[in-house]
Amino acid sequence: MSSIKIRSKRIDGNTQIRVLITHPMEHGRNRDKTTNRLIPAHFIQELTLSLNQTVLVNCVMGTSISKDPYFSFMLKGGKTGDLINIIWVDNLGNKDAADHTLK
Amino acid sequence: MTNFRRQFIKKTATVAVAMASGLLRIPRAHAFWKTEDFAPGLLDATLKRLVLNQKITDTNQISIKIPLIAENGALVPVSVSTTLANVKSISLLVEKNPVPLAIRFELSPALEASVSARLKMAETADVIALIETSDGFYRAKERVKVTIGGCGG
Repeated sequence: MSSIKIRSKRIDGNTQIRVLITHPMEHGRNRDKTTNRLIPAHFIQELTLSLNQTVLVNCVMGTSISKDPYFSFMLKGGKTGDLINIIWVDNLGNKDAADHTLK
Repeated sequence: MTNFRRQFIKKTATVAVAMASGLLRIPRAHAFWKTEDFAPGLLDATLKRLVLNQKITDTNQISIKIPLIAENGALVPVSVSTTLANVKSISLLVEKNPVPLAIRFELSPALEASVSARLKMAETADVIALIETSDGFYRAKERVKVTIGGCGG
């Protein structure tokens, strides 16, 4: 199952895009409670949101973003059938992508 | 003639290898994640780096929606919007976190200058929104009181 959930909603002619990603976002200073070892850093570094193949927003982020990150953006306008695409890359090189079509 | 063909084959092979190794891949339109921007340190040093030593203007045209008292520092919802024109990027920083820069959004003009995210906060501190427009850097901040730390787990 994809780690990304995308929802869109029309508000006053604009489109609100909400993104929820499942990710541990470990910053590398937490300790494992049973072994008392440091949990290695594991967090999303880059996120790209595009609309019909054109980039709308690029994000670079650090460890100060909460576990299971949530973002929301407001798109000017937005038509039915427009394709939203999200890609993220984390510090271990994992990545995931998801598509969403505006209704 | 043979010489020319050899040269051609050689060059083609070099290009193919370069492409395969990713040297010639299409440059991505955005800045990559830079270690220096996310280096642990103090807020002032990070801010200076982000604005390339340019002046930052404090403004009331940026609105930060954030709870004034956060019960759980591991999850502080924040929304930033602005009436400034020609916004290029929005950065969110948390004053007392080990790594002050939390996130930087590089927005295209097709988006409204309004974003939301959820932050981790180590302790009671200022949250700073730094906005880059075509005519300089603007800043607004909001103090958030954290009752349970977000960095202890």
